[in-house]
Amino acid sequence: MDWHQQYIGKVKQAVFHTHKTGRKRVVASTEQNIIATLDLRRGEIFWRHVLGPNDVVDGIDIALGKYVITLSSGGSILRAWNLPDGQMVWESSLHGPKHSKPLLLTRNLIIEKDNVLIVFSNGRLNAVSCIDGEVLWKKDFEEESLEVQQVIQPPGSGFIYVVGFAASSQFEMYKINAKNGELLKHESTAFSGRFTGEVSLVSSETVVALDSTGSILLTISFHNGKISSQQTPVSNLLEDSPGLAVIIHPSVTGIFAIKTDAATIFIRVIGEGKLEVVEKTNHETVVSDALSISEGQQAFALVQHAGSSIHLTVKPAHDWDSNLLKESIKMDQQRGFVHKVFINNYIRTDRSHGFRALIVMEDHSLLLLQQGAIVWSREDGLASIIDVTTSELPVEKAGVSVAKVELNLFEWLKGHVLKLKGTLMLATPEDIAAIQHMRLKSSEKSKMTRDHNGFRKLLIALTRAGKLFALHTGDGRIVWSHLLQSLHKSESCRQPIVLNLYQWLVPHHHALDENPSVLVVGRCGPSSDALGVLSLVDSYTGKEFSSLSLVHSVAQVIPLPYTDSTEQRLHLLIDADKHAHLYPKTPEAIDSFQSEFSNVYWYSVDDDNGIIKGYALKTKCSSNVADEFCFDSRELWSIVLPSESEKIITTATRKLNEAVHTQAKLIADQDVMYKYISSNLLFVATVAPKASGEIGSVTPEESWLVVYLIDTVTGRVLHRMTHHGSQGPVQAVLSENWVVYHYFNLRAHRYEMSVIEIYDQSRADNKDVWKLVVGNHNLTSPVSSYSRAEVITKSQSYFFTHSLKAIAVTLTVKGITSKQLLIGTIGDQVLALDKRFLDPRRSVNPTQAEREEGIIPLTDSLPIIPQSYITHSLRVEGLQSIITVAAKLESTTLVFAHGLDLFFTHYAPSRTYDSLTEDFSYALLLITIVALVAAIFVTWILSQRKELQDRWR
Amino acid sequence: MEKGKGVMGAGRRWAVDFSDNSTAPSSRDIPDPPGFTRASVDQDDSAVSRQKKDAEANWKAQKAWEVAQAPFKNLLMMGFMMWMAGSTVHLFSIGITFSALWQPISALQGVGKVFEPYKDNKVDLLGPKLLFIALNLGGLALGVWKLNTLGLLPTHASDWVSSLSPAQEVEYSGGGIPL
Repeated sequence: MDWHQQYIGKVKQAVFHTHKTGRKRVVASTEQNIIATLDLRRGEIFWRHVLGPNDVVDGIDIALGKYVITLSSGGSILRAWNLPDGQMVWESSLHGPKHSKPLLLTRNLIIEKDNVLIVFSNGRLNAVSCIDGEVLWKKDFEEESLEVQQVIQPPGSGFIYVVGFAASSQFEMYKINAKNGELLKHESTAFSGRFTGEVSLVSSETVVALDSTGSILLTISFHNGKISSQQTPVSNLLEDSPGLAVIIHPSVTGIFAIKTDAATIFIRVIGEGKLEVVEKTNHETVVSDALSISEGQQAFALVQHAGSSIHLTVKPAHDWDSNLLKESIKMDQQRGFVHKVFINNYIRTDRSHGFRALIVMEDHSLLLLQQGAIVWSREDGLASIIDVTTSELPVEKAGVSVAKVELNLFEWLKGHVLKLKGTLMLATPEDIAAIQHMRLKSSEKSKMTRDHNGFRKLLIALTRAGKLFALHTGDGRIVWSHLLQSLHKSESCRQPIVLNLYQWLVPHHHALDENPSVLVVGRCGPSSDALGVLSLVDSYTGKEFSSLSLVHSVAQVIPLPYTDSTEQRLHLLIDADKHAHLYPKTPEAIDSFQSEFSNVYWYSVDDDNGIIKGYALKTKCSSNVADEFCFDSRELWSIVLPSESEKIITTATRKLNEAVHTQAKLIADQDVMYKYISSNLLFVATVAPKASGEIGSVTPEESWLVVYLIDTVTGRVLHRMTHHGSQGPVQAVLSENWVVYHYFNLRAHRYEMSVIEIYDQSRADNKDVWKLVVGNHNLTSPVSSYSRAEVITKSQSYFFTHSLKAIAVTLTVKGITSKQLLIGTIGDQVLALDKRFLDPRRSVNPTQAEREEGIIPLTDSLPIIPQSYITHSLRVEGLQSIITVAAKLESTTLVFAHGLDLFFTHYAPSRTYDSLTEDFSYALLLITIVALVAAIFVTWILSQRKELQDRWR
Repeated sequence: MEKGKGVMGAGRRWAVDFSDNSTAPSSRDIPDPPGFTRASVDQDDSAVSRQKKDAEANWKAQKAWEVAQAPFKNLLMMGFMMWMAGSTVHLFSIGITFSALWQPISALQGVGKVFEPYKDNKVDLLGPKLLFIALNLGGLALGVWKLNTLGLLPTHASDWVSSLSPAQEVEYSGGGIPL
């Protein structure tokens, strides 16, 4: 019923471990701050550690053949993990005088029989013992402007070079004794130009750097401690002026590469600073690090794209023209370009070198290539999901052969007999295995058609890499994936960013012949006024059937509750200049929009300045271009929070698709309270600016939390409440007429959760039964926010043990089933908490009537019931959000939690009162019925006979 | 009721009339014995039968009143059982309440049948019938009252608004923190 998938994210660095006998592994560090070891045969995770969000991995390596060494947190933390099982062996913290680029160097450097790691970080060079992480010696480089670029240890020598730039124009070289950190020599040379960051190491005593204009290459050698340099203008090497160039890859002996807009140029260094272009390619090219394959011989890999396949070439470092390996591999277009390649070699049976390559693609997937084929692939793009929506599956059509997936009657019966045996404990071990197998591959749940219960759906996930995935809710498999072409890097869109995902078309009337589709919104560039990009993708096939490059920016996307005749949902896109643009741009859309024009409002929350503003739509745009789909906005209201005392940290609104069953809440003694149900309700939480930092950074006296409930049509503040001595971070969820939020109470030193329920007092008079019986009331007539309903609120607070990562609420199709809160705990689990625990009407001694109503006696803290972890023993590492989707069955919510891992389950807050469980034994029921009928007949016949005999007597 | 019906009413299948009512001696083959005057016997005989009929009518009226009063005992018993059942909704109390409702209704439906055996020209059945109906209505009222105390009657506002869907909103507003 539920599934769990583990991912590691986009691989930043990978190190192979294939020397020893035993299982071959690859150790990888990723951009999501994970260190993981993968099985090289199948790509499965052996172990994985998620470092904190601030603990960025800077470098990894394998030391002594048994430790994985990681340098993280900007070079401050050095850790060693045991390779086979991932246990941490030791940890050292390396501090220094100033911040600098962290560098990790592991060569077979041995000082007094101790394997040593050389780490440069925070302006200090450290030699750390591999065995226990002890710092053997350290050397500070305190010069203020020094930026160390490379730490070099020429093989077989007893010294270390530290090279870098000082004041951006001076080249500095330090020669240090590797045994004790003693400074042997210090040389420096000044240059006229300035340097850009990267240098490329072309031999152990030569580096190549580019100046800041990107037009002059500097070859600097420091042989024997003497600095000599040579300047070569890039234009000398290339006839046509290439524009700004950057050095892309270091550390292949004798060769480096520069990349310009159009091409990648490989340059060889010959002799004393002489440069020679060996190849210039216009294709997208990726180079691996050098791999030493035998004594003194290095190889590196190049990956180039050519149409629908990629070419993997492995070349020896000393000879550009020969190839050790040349393979062409067919590659799925939906994976985009190759971003990184890591190679590893093995000895074939004929003693020649074979190579395997691990490549990281544009969509963050990870593939292992060997012998011209993809051995395995991992869809690690799913570790960075931005947004998720769902789509129904196609309706089962008559005539479409479903029989292939459905079992025939005999097999069905056989299966149930097996299950029956299982229930009656008559099953043999083989039978039990068969039952297990049947449950696992139950074809029913992974069919590609809609089911009656609405359990089978497509989860459409948008990842940071700009790829859409459709996952089947039955078993979590990827139905299709699509790398959005419109959000690909191109001339017109240099830095595409995907923003969000919306449902564009959900067919109800034409469900048989129309496919649903989703809208992906992106923008070209990180700033808010960058132009927007829209893309429409078919939910069944994953084909991008339309894409638009907008002429305006996208600040907000507002899905409207109206559709046009083809059931496309109308969307308002607000640009940075506060113009509203209506999509789809069809005359029909504008017609249906015109009728609701005066009732559409929008608001924006400026969390930096603490201003919330509401707008109405005015006439057509006053800009020079005639565009009938563009509207000007008119500011209606604004709420300006005092910036010296309040800072907005969280907002929450109701989910658009949430169904509310009733507007009345029945309380004890058959009394009624009317809920204030409005989809225009906004929850805002602000804290004192001082207290917006970490917990404990302020005293309770200067910290407070203020919560607001605001009507976004009129800007009316419905409720305002202050929690003194409390602090964020605040997680909030708003549903029906209540909001639940979680924060930290500094006075009590505990986390707290509060609930606010809001009731409409102006309807409270509707208590005359006769009026209600004859329908003489206004409870169902449309309401306007301008009628200013009188509201009352009730609220209560409770202590809660955990800190939170996410909070959500169960969602059912009609909203009848009671609600439960789904809490993403700090331990990356999802905990279900009944909403009845967060009921402001709880009291210490509830009356009999209140007890009957289900009110729980008040306690100061919320209970955590171990059985209500809906993730069971699993963890959703790096939990980001919990998404709830209503199934067609009223009792059931589909829950999807994502972070680095994905987890999906069905959850029934009030048990599955409207269906039989999956393992219900129909066979047992059938047999019981048959047995009963038979018994009735037999007893009837017997009694007839008996009566007859009695009469004759 | 069943017994009375058997003896007095439709249960009578055949009869032999032993009393000879004929007054004309000429109709007979056999002349009257000497010293017998037919007229006196006739007179005497008619008085006896009238007496008999009056007694029967009285008896019927009495029985009818008895039958009419029968639901009263029932009522008392029902009241006691309801008191025993308590005011919470569970199987027992619901069963009792529904039987308390069903009995008067079925009895009211069969009013005519109940009083059929006592039908007579001389007997006035209106009184007993009215009493019977009144008592049964009383029983019904008791049942309804019990239903209400169990909270199963829609007599509160909450019963009428509990499934009232929320009112539609005129305005629509969207937005939030800019993307």
